[in-house]
Amino acid sequence: MMPHAQRVGMEVSVAIAEAVQLADADVIAAYPITPQTHIVEHLSELVADGKLDAEFMCVESEHSAMSACLGSAAVGARSFTATAGQGLALMHEILFIASAMRLPVVMAVVNRALSGPLNIWNDHSDVMASRDCGWIQYFAENGQDAYDHTLIAFRVGEDPAVSLPVMVNLDGFIVSHMIEPIVRVEPEAIRGFLPPLRLAHKLDPDKAHTMGAFAMPDYYTEVKKAQDAALRNSMGVIRKAWEEFGAMTGRYYTAVEPYKCEDAEVVLLTMGSLGETASVAVERLRGQGKPVGLAKLRLWRPFPSEDIVRVVGGARTLLVLDRAVSFGAMANPVVAEIATLFYDRPRRPSIHSVVAGLGGRDVQPREFEEIFERALEAKREAPLAPLGQYELMGLSEQ
Amino acid sequence: MPIGAIVPRPGNASEYHTGDWRSQRPVFSPKHCIKCGLCFVLCPDAAIVLDQEGYPEICLDYCKGCGICARECFMARAKRSCFEMKDEEEFR
Repeated sequence: MMPHAQRVGMEVSVAIAEAVQLADADVIAAYPITPQTHIVEHLSELVADGKLDAEFMCVESEHSAMSACLGSAAVGARSFTATAGQGLALMHEILFIASAMRLPVVMAVVNRALSGPLNIWNDHSDVMASRDCGWIQYFAENGQDAYDHTLIAFRVGEDPAVSLPVMVNLDGFIVSHMIEPIVRVEPEAIRGFLPPLRLAHKLDPDKAHTMGAFAMPDYYTEVKKAQDAALRNSMGVIRKAWEEFGAMTGRYYTAVEPYKCEDAEVVLLTMGSLGETASVAVERLRGQGKPVGLAKLRLWRPFPSEDIVRVVGGARTLLVLDRAVSFGAMANPVVAEIATLFYDRPRRPSIHSVVAGLGGRDVQPREFEEIFERALEAKREAPLAPLGQYELMGLSEQ
Repeated sequence: MPIGAIVPRPGNASEYHTGDWRSQRPVFSPKHCIKCGLCFVLCPDAAIVLDQEGYPEICLDYCKGCGICARECFMARAKRSCFEMKDEEEFR
């Protein structure tokens, strides 16, 4: 840790708002929705108090929030919004337009279960319904991670070689409403890390061009190919930003964070805050000499294939945690990608799908211990469900 | 491919002749025309202009053949519309 680093206890939502303030955002267009509200609520206070020189647009819906961010980003203004659950669903169509237009909007998605039934608590069904929107997508494990990645998101998305919108996912309530010790980034340091936004293709009356025009079948394919290439090619900038952020703060991030994965026979792969819960289980089982490990996936798009293979490729059994169900599918979103990744590799772990924590259902370390034990023993009376099916943790039999 | 599918040269939509989509063509006859200009005002593609005498001229490069001119013509109320919609086949 750097010598100046001081931990300050604050609500994570407030910390994210502070990160947006530190990034000196120009435009915030947002609509309040639980559990995201505190982020934009605090930002509106910062703007009203004159502590952040930004335009705060109170829009009438999330569809408008993202549309407004497109407009402001298009003129080269640093633009931020935040949403959750139904709000992300209402934004859905504009998400794809932001990435296709290559506009570096930054958004905090405070993950919340999609209705129905109506539920305000945490899972990943909201973001998984929008996973193919072409944004860079991070998953933060805790408050510090979410704060840091709000800053990193601006840096990466605005890089001229990337120019893409970036989503920072953090678990609703479990992360967003916690009071956590946060180490702030110093205002002097951020200037070197996050230069002013210079959007190469911004709207400019002196250099007129048309944005958001329609494309006929003879162009659409090429536009989509170029967009996919841009997202895939962002990996280099993502890694460089992590390196520089680490040099600045002492906090080094990676696409996949291993925890006791060396020599682990069974590895669990998680995204978001359940990584911390699972780490308690791993620590306990390791204390008993059991070879288990944890891989925490921080970067969801672009998908960090090489990193995943490096971290979990040596395991005998790989348990993949999903916080969303892909109804009627062969596999849930995360495990589907992992299974595809290993399909044509000569050496691959036995892969099993685990679903947990839907709609805010509490998940405890002992539940992870239980599934680890089952994977270790490969008990005949309780074999893990094969691919195509999944284990649903904490399911009531009633 | 320009970044974000921008169109670097603005205003080039006019180069795309949407009249190609037309399946019916409005044919103007001045017999009952009172030069009210309704067709000029209501054409959604601005494909009708008024000539020096005030009669409509149809630009077939952009007319999609929607038939609004024929239907909304003032004289259509007296079943004497100045425009008759004819199948494009007839002109091939």
